[in-house]
Amino acid sequence: MLIDEKLIAYLEDLSYLYLTDNEKIRIAGDMEKILEGMARLSELGTDDIPVKPQCINELRKDTVTPSFDRNLILRNAPEKNNEMFISPKVQE
Amino acid sequence: MWEPVIGLEIHAELSTSTKIFCGCSTEFGAEPNTLVCPVCSGMPGVLPRLNEAVAVYAVRLGLLLNCSINPNSVFDRKNYIYPDLPKSYQISQLYTPVCTDGKLEITSGGKTKIITIREIHIEEDAGKLIHDPLSGNTLMDFNRCGIPLVEIVTNPDFETAGEVAEFLENLKEILMYADICDCKMQEGSIRADINLSIRQKGGELGVRTEMKNLNSFKAIGRAVESETKRQTEIIESGGKITQETRRWDDNKQKSFSMRSKENANDYRYFPEPDMQPLIISDDMINGIKNTLPELGTQKRERYEKDWHIAKNDAEIITSHKNIATVFEELSEKSGSPSESANLITGEIMRLMNTHSIRPENLKVNCDKLSYLIKLEHSGKINGNSYKKTVAAVFKDNVEPDDYIMKHGLLMNSDNDAVSRAVKKVLSDNSVAADDYRNGKEKAFGFLMGAVMKELRGSGNPEIIRKSLTEILSNGDGRI
Amino acid sequence: MFDITALELSKAIKNKKYSVTEVTEAYIEKIRGNNNKYNTFITISADRALRQAEAVQKRIDSGENISALAGVPVSLKDNISTLDIETTCASKMLKGYVPVYNATAADRLEQAGMIVLGKMNMDEFAMGGSSETGALGTVKNPWDINRVAGGSSGGSAAGVAAGEIPLSLGSDTGGSIRQPCSFCSVTGIKPTYGAVSRYGLIAYASSLDQIGPIGKNADDCAALLSVISGKDGMDGTCTLEKPFDFKSETQTQKGIRIGIPRNYFNKELDDDVGNAVINAAKELEKTGAELEEFDMPLMDYAVEAYYIIACAEASSNLSRYDGIKYGYRSQKAQTLPEVYRFSRSEGFGLEVKRRIMLGSFVLSSGYYDAFYKKALHARSLIKNAYDSLFGRYDIILSPVAPTTAYKIGENISDPLKMYMGDIYTVSVNLAGLPAISLPCGFDRNKMPVGFQLIGAAFSENTLINAARIYQLNTEWHKNKFNTKQVYKKCGNR
Repeated sequence: MLIDEKLIAYLEDLSYLYLTDNEKIRIAGDMEKILEGMARLSELGTDDIPVKPQCINELRKDTVTPSFDRNLILRNAPEKNNEMFISPKVQE
Repeated sequence: MWEPVIGLEIHAELSTSTKIFCGCSTEFGAEPNTLVCPVCSGMPGVLPRLNEAVAVYAVRLGLLLNCSINPNSVFDRKNYIYPDLPKSYQISQLYTPVCTDGKLEITSGGKTKIITIREIHIEEDAGKLIHDPLSGNTLMDFNRCGIPLVEIVTNPDFETAGEVAEFLENLKEILMYADICDCKMQEGSIRADINLSIRQKGGELGVRTEMKNLNSFKAIGRAVESETKRQTEIIESGGKITQETRRWDDNKQKSFSMRSKENANDYRYFPEPDMQPLIISDDMINGIKNTLPELGTQKRERYEKDWHIAKNDAEIITSHKNIATVFEELSEKSGSPSESANLITGEIMRLMNTHSIRPENLKVNCDKLSYLIKLEHSGKINGNSYKKTVAAVFKDNVEPDDYIMKHGLLMNSDNDAVSRAVKKVLSDNSVAADDYRNGKEKAFGFLMGAVMKELRGSGNPEIIRKSLTEILSNGDGRI
Repeated sequence: MFDITALELSKAIKNKKYSVTEVTEAYIEKIRGNNNKYNTFITISADRALRQAEAVQKRIDSGENISALAGVPVSLKDNISTLDIETTCASKMLKGYVPVYNATAADRLEQAGMIVLGKMNMDEFAMGGSSETGALGTVKNPWDINRVAGGSSGGSAAGVAAGEIPLSLGSDTGGSIRQPCSFCSVTGIKPTYGAVSRYGLIAYASSLDQIGPIGKNADDCAALLSVISGKDGMDGTCTLEKPFDFKSETQTQKGIRIGIPRNYFNKELDDDVGNAVINAAKELEKTGAELEEFDMPLMDYAVEAYYIIACAEASSNLSRYDGIKYGYRSQKAQTLPEVYRFSRSEGFGLEVKRRIMLGSFVLSSGYYDAFYKKALHARSLIKNAYDSLFGRYDIILSPVAPTTAYKIGENISDPLKMYMGDIYTVSVNLAGLPAISLPCGFDRNKMPVGFQLIGAAFSENTLINAARIYQLNTEWHKNKFNTKQVYKKCGNR
């Protein structure tokens, strides 16, 4: 399985990462080896396996519980004002 | 001739008390970030817990739209990064929606048509982004994160904007009467996107585009027209339609291509590992079937059949669930559905208009109003007094008896009092009296009004009329 | 007080031999005294612990019957959210992140009167098998500080081994409790998936993660497991109705059938490790258990299936780290895409990036069917295979890792080799089964060897019984790294 530059760039986009050149080379190399092994899974047949019945989970009752204090919600935000999180302008 | 082929994707907020995956309130209009907890703000380590009411509402809607209910539906993650999405994925249902293959009938242009519904699935809403003009930054409010939504997807069965509007009306009525969604378009609790392509009559389906930001029926109509025209122009000039999402700008009456998240992303859907499949048993379905609320169409039928309410009136009354509820309560308490209908279609509608009260905000004391209906019916107050008191109850929730007493509105059927008033009026208004005797019919009305005024509006009109007529013709009005 | 077990310590506290504050202070002193020698603790929450100690003492004095572990100090792996105590997952991305809520497991520890002393070092975001990938440095194995402690719960295992803490909570996604326990000669349990609430556990792979206890012996671990296990309204995947109650004890393993996968004993398995594990099996045979060899099916597919599923889930779970709501934000970033990309690229280490990239790949359209879907299929096959096996055996006994602790830096550049080191542990997570890792000897370099007992879902009781009996009849678990004397009882030394 060839992990070329185009694929790495695409995966960087999906993953919201910028890899350094070094990282790109290393990761591409590692991925090739790892994916080779993973490709062996195709040796396993594809017959549908009967799904074991799940235990019926209890759903949550529709009763209001107190929300958190706003200060706590915002506490760990790197940038905020009194009321909201701040991000750079979102392009429409 | 190119004709449009339209499909709808409708997002409706479920009117549950709590959010889809946590116990935060779904109340509208709260201060930013005050209805938020670690779960709906996507903090590290949190897990979703499905709200039981969401499952019930979704199944209820599915049953009302004649869908098949999936006994074993799974949730999926739709992965993309955006500031209004705290977990950077939305929990939705891609592969196994909870309801499939439904239908809803519409009547458009005199013909009935069945619109088929491909699926209904459950998903969560995202937060609100606010542009801060001072700093140029974007501010994020997570109050709406995790509001439960159903997405209703129709097949491309629509051919005109009119059909779309009709469908949406019918759907809104069902959602509202079934207590599934409050359908407050101005609060964004229901939103419709259209998918549109064009084809030659009987020809193949073309490439479709998706149109968002349609906030009213008129906007939908304009967008359908505009997009049909835009696609026609492209095809006729030899071009190809790009599959894309467009944003409708009703001010500019144009649409613009949205080049961001919706187009570019590979959502990498996979089954949500933090949630067990939603198992819907036959028992649950039957339980919901047996408690389906009465819909608008059923109410109208019942009003017309059982209570002989006119069709037009029935439509006004059922135009909003709130109004129908008030009507039914009034009917029960006053014992007179027809009087209750009159009151609603007459005075109440008028008062709502005057005071700019929207149907969803209509709040009246039915005990008091039904009492007034009875009073008027039994002749204790006349029509005028009735209207006045109704208005006072509507606006200020006054106590009817107090108000009537205070303003002397009890119908005065005392013949002597009426005679006295008539004599006084005739003596004060000899010119008018003469005019009448000389043949001016109009003067009678004037005199009636004057007597009524003298009696402070509480006179029994019949008795006034009788007395005035007698006294005028007998010439007893002269002193 | 450092030589007795946690259960004995709690008894001693109740008998007023020590006060809770005394014990807490003593442990804090010991930890500080080690001066980060093994790099086990990321955060020491001394003040809070002392306040807790006072409160717990009051509860004990008032006659409240708290729990069998009341007053015992405990620490938590730094991927478990602790209210008002910094929780970093050993990542730059969460440096300075202080949770505003407590993980359910942390809550239950406190309700049980345990004293939280601090947060333990680990592989970054639990991704790794050696506790070398964390941003706060490598955890060193007390038995040989030039060797790894194992991972990803290396800090927890090494901390217990070094006597810094009697009990610790770790997490196990593909072996992250069991392997460091085997490298450090301590005992650890990976509970059945769904036995312990994951609410507050900062997710790596949602369908595989479980929180579990690490301690000096099976009894202590069982007691801690009782405290944290059981249904939780905040976690819909936690299905164990009631917390475990390990009161029943057996003295014999008669009637217990133990299966041993013979194909695990291949050329990749170190001889010393293999021998120690076989000896452990023989010990259990002496107490009445029946041993039988079998071939573990699908052995060649387990690691691949595991990494596909784990990386896929991880890539999704970690996309919430965007530099805006919490965590690290790059100073260089101007635009929104830059905030995302720079913050994530600067905040995450290489192993995390590698797994995110891999995860994005196996989920991307075009590759989903060939990789992710196939992995799910393999997973079902493995689950079914174990189901069949547990129709025949009560326990499956196997090595935990192919080797003992290797030298620091030896494997870090060879991720594939690292991944293959998980060969004996990952299938247990894929099948959602419980397993306990126990010390069973040493190799030629005097490094600890561990073995694991695997059971059917929710059969922790069976495993604990077997473990107890093994530890009653052997003394491997009593060895301390800093004493010359080596306990043995059978085995090859």
